[in-house]
Amino acid sequence: MGLPDGQTLQLDTMTVELFLDLHSQPCRAVYLFAKKADIPFEYKKVDLTSGQQYGEEFGQISMVRKVPVLKDGDFILTESIAILMYLADKFSTADHWYPAEPQKRARVNEYLSWQHKAIRESGSKIFWFRAMVPLLTGAPVDQEKMDSVVEDLTSSLTIFEDKFLQKRPFITGQEISLADLVAIVELMQPVGTGFDVFEGRPLLSEWRDRVKKELGESLFDEAHHTLMNAHTLPQVLKDSGMLELLKSRWKKILN
Amino acid sequence: MPLELYLDLMSQPCRSVYIFAKKNNIPFDFKQTSLMMGDHHGEEFKKINMVKKVPAMRDGEFCLSESIAMMMYMVEKFKTPDHWYPADLQKRARVNEYLSWQHMETRTHGSKIFYINIMIPKIMGKDIPQDKRDDAIEDLNGTLKMMEEKFLGDKPFIAGDQISLADLVAIVEIYQPLAAGMDVFEGRPKLKAWKDRVRQAVGPELFDEAHKGVMGAMEMVKGMDGSKLEAIKPKIQKMYF
Repeated sequence: MGLPDGQTLQLDTMTVELFLDLHSQPCRAVYLFAKKADIPFEYKKVDLTSGQQYGEEFGQISMVRKVPVLKDGDFILTESIAILMYLADKFSTADHWYPAEPQKRARVNEYLSWQHKAIRESGSKIFWFRAMVPLLTGAPVDQEKMDSVVEDLTSSLTIFEDKFLQKRPFITGQEISLADLVAIVELMQPVGTGFDVFEGRPLLSEWRDRVKKELGESLFDEAHHTLMNAHTLPQVLKDSGMLELLKSRWKKILN
Repeated sequence: MPLELYLDLMSQPCRSVYIFAKKNNIPFDFKQTSLMMGDHHGEEFKKINMVKKVPAMRDGEFCLSESIAMMMYMVEKFKTPDHWYPADLQKRARVNEYLSWQHMETRTHGSKIFYINIMIPKIMGKDIPQDKRDDAIEDLNGTLKMMEEKFLGDKPFIAGDQISLADLVAIVEIYQPLAAGMDVFEGRPKLKAWKDRVRQAVGPELFDEAHKGVMGAMEMVKGMDGSKLEAIKPKIQKMYF
């Protein structure tokens, strides 16, 4: 186009910028939704493994220094759930993602609210305990701590199956919604460390397969590729210098 | 048949639901569900919410948990004034952003202080280690700083000029550590001014009524029979000691 280096021509005002690192569950939810719903976006990678979120430039985007972040012109938005709802509304995505019918919508809202302190918290902890803590402290995490968090996750999975799914194909019923999307990316996090949350849970496994099919296997696998390579994190973090920083801050990050 | 709201006003999310419903003149049956008495573990309540937590709602055959989901449902059903959950895309996003962020921030860190100052001394008969206490205070301080700098900025309320669900959810959580003896407003004039605005917007009488129980919690728990709380001892031991 003949533009000087570094400049881009914004061809339409509908394209949003999404600041993502696919190691992060909420980033995967946003990525999957944007791709699946054909939402035009510019992918802006934020490399958590090199501490890019702590840099000057990213600090200008978001003082919270977390991903994902959405930028729509001058409007900047954090929190994946807020981003997903914003995208669903702005791009008038298919109703089933965030149903207009009040009771169906309430089911989605209920799940999205409950999951923070349930599946997200214990799934994240298992990821950290298995992938990161041995690296940061030189020893595996204390077995009692591990057992405790696995117990928490197990309780959450039981509630997920008994309350949120029951005998339905998806959380709201016949069709996939934002709730299933947010659920699946969080449940995959421990899987990235070799901890199979689906083992021995046929109901959950069937739901996972349905969600994967709905999203498209290839898109699902693409979104989870980075996570499934989590075994390379030790070397990646050593190379980038982030290991030292994480050693002093890991407990804070976990909370 | 009016809405049934299962509440215990000791609980922060119950207060936001209560205030919202009363302020908007939403007709409901107040179903007292006392946490201290273990009502939430009862067979009847399990049918309303199998997660065994408050608040919970029943609208005819439809049962719902999670205060945020409940308030969004009431916004839609009762067509409450726009400012509570604005139709404008970006204003609504600001509300959603706070409502999402607060679970692991204001709610988590504020609740911890309440536990540390009021519940733990009663249940365990001793205080938690000083370093854990310091960490908890530091976490809450970080949250309140972010509240002031990012979520409020120089706006009167989180979404802009008017009160919304975000402010309501924020204020009830912030009152929990306050009730536990931590003056969260000291040295925070911006937060204090916002609190005063929120209290005015809600109506001081309603606001104070909703918070009467929790503000008396310290005294109430002191006089309680500790044996009723034996069940949570192992969990507290795991989390705090």
